[in-house]
Amino acid sequence: MNYTSQKSLIYNPTLTRNIGNKALTFISAIFAIISVLPLILVISYVLIKGGSYINLDTLILEPEPPGDDLLSAGGIGPAITGTFIMSVIASIISIPVGVGGGIYLAEYSKSGKFAKFIRFGSNVLAGVPSIIAGVFIYAIIVSTKILFGSMFSGIAGGISLSILMLPTIIKTTDEALKLVPNDMRRAAFGVGASKFTMITNITLPAAFSSISTGVLLALARAAGETAPLIFTALFSRYYITSFDDLFYEMGSLSVLIYNFALEPYEAQNQLAWAASFILVVVLLSLNVLSRWIGTLGTFSKKRV
Amino acid sequence: MDKASTPKFSLRTRPTSEKLVDFGFKNIVVAMASMVAVVLFSIFAVVYYESTESISRYGLRFLFSSAWNPVTDEYGAFTAIYGTLLTSIASLLIAIPLGVGTAIFITENIIPEYIRNVIGIMVELLAAIPSVVLGLWAVFIMEPFIRPFLNIIYEVFGFIPFFSTQPLGAGMLPAILILVVMILPIITSISKDSLNQVPSKLRQAAYGIGASRWTTIFKVIIPAAISGITGGVLLALGRAMGETMAVTMIIGNSNNFSWSIFAPSYTISSMLANQFGEADGSQVSSLMYAALILMILTLLVNVFAQWIVKKLSLKY
Repeated sequence: MNYTSQKSLIYNPTLTRNIGNKALTFISAIFAIISVLPLILVISYVLIKGGSYINLDTLILEPEPPGDDLLSAGGIGPAITGTFIMSVIASIISIPVGVGGGIYLAEYSKSGKFAKFIRFGSNVLAGVPSIIAGVFIYAIIVSTKILFGSMFSGIAGGISLSILMLPTIIKTTDEALKLVPNDMRRAAFGVGASKFTMITNITLPAAFSSISTGVLLALARAAGETAPLIFTALFSRYYITSFDDLFYEMGSLSVLIYNFALEPYEAQNQLAWAASFILVVVLLSLNVLSRWIGTLGTFSKKRV
Repeated sequence: MDKASTPKFSLRTRPTSEKLVDFGFKNIVVAMASMVAVVLFSIFAVVYYESTESISRYGLRFLFSSAWNPVTDEYGAFTAIYGTLLTSIASLLIAIPLGVGTAIFITENIIPEYIRNVIGIMVELLAAIPSVVLGLWAVFIMEPFIRPFLNIIYEVFGFIPFFSTQPLGAGMLPAILILVVMILPIITSISKDSLNQVPSKLRQAAYGIGASRWTTIFKVIIPAAISGITGGVLLALGRAMGETMAVTMIIGNSNNFSWSIFAPSYTISSMLANQFGEADGSQVSSLMYAALILMILTLLVNVFAQWIVKKLSLKY
């Protein structure tokens, strides 16, 4: 009996399967290049075009009304502070609630019905379009004038952003706490710690880096959001000067980009590019920072 | 001294204050977790409540009429619904091969690891760029660049209804392209994660019986990762439906219905972004009705995504 195959085992590049293999690898490489291309194009345009309009005046001045002065459109200072203030308001609301909710899911009711429902709910909430969050806040805060009779306000903008941050923070806190080994919990209980002490002194610090990664990513997403702000915070060209100004319209970088990009005036368009530069640089740094913090984590998915 | 009378260790009884702190803390975190449900339900309730006027007046007619006339109070969201579905599904069809192809390219051993990591990080950074900045880029850079090509298509294939309008700037096709850019990172990163989770033993077994790389990918690896990939695709679909800013800036915002993908159109979210600020009276209610439709659409997609991930996931 002859068991040897008639076919050669030496690699033959002319075989259909080998040609097909090469072709598919080539196609997937092309796809990868196409996928990366937009990032490179957007970043380079924003950095070069936007960067060239950045100077001290642009950073500090208030924007001029469109069409008033075709040569100088002022600056984006109020928008920068507005984005910062609304992000802070959103963080103040969503970080405690999100981390608290995550603690409940991971530490108290790991697989209970309620926990399952909340996990499902936060996935659904994460999928709710951001503009719906804006519509919702418009209906309950802006149109009812519930905040001291004022309509559009920075506070309302911050609240609508916090709705967008909440599901991300809950999910990452939940995941991060689940990665903390149970031995550490048992050890804490073993030396007589109460559950509260165990959570605040053992598991939260252990999961701190992963949680802050999630918080930073949520913050980065919220700071770049526009849709909910166009009918909650609206837009203002002026710096806020007192605490009361939080209850009135507030400008933000993203709404400034939206408003000024569609203006027919060159000077306003330049401000939009400058604002994009600031926004992209800040958001990309937040992303890189969160990646770096994530690598510091005590318990990464790979190690446990 | 008797050793037994001064025990070094004793069973500690928990002081009342400690019990109170524990009890209080648990209730606080329960309340915080419930906030998700409260917010979700109140979004539904509020959007539904605000749109009742329009629902009772137009009923299902709202879905099939393109009328949008604040003067005569006649509203219909057909153009916006058609625009939402067309732009999101078309962008999905383009983004699936690109995203999954990229994911395969950076998970299989085709290129050195550091290049893989760089591509992976770059695609994820793309997700960090705000929608409004992509819109700005689309308006000033992308759309003027592609317009000559679209004009050629119009001149050659203009007799087909889909290409029957001269591309003059904003329109559906640029919106579809910018949506592709926005949902690519989602599809790529979720596909990448699920491909990475396929056990390498499956690959080794396939190679062992003489399968080539792409036979392995198509016959073994993709079927094994299909639940995650489908979940990612559906998630991307939900995102594409709700995406607002870039689309609003580039789609042209016109309520005139047209089959042509070069014509300006509307999506539900761009309609909301465009009109909500100045709307009052029954127009607000109609916009809320449109928002409700958008919410139900994205909710269905998201729930279906979660269901399919559970159903299709293979166990190893």
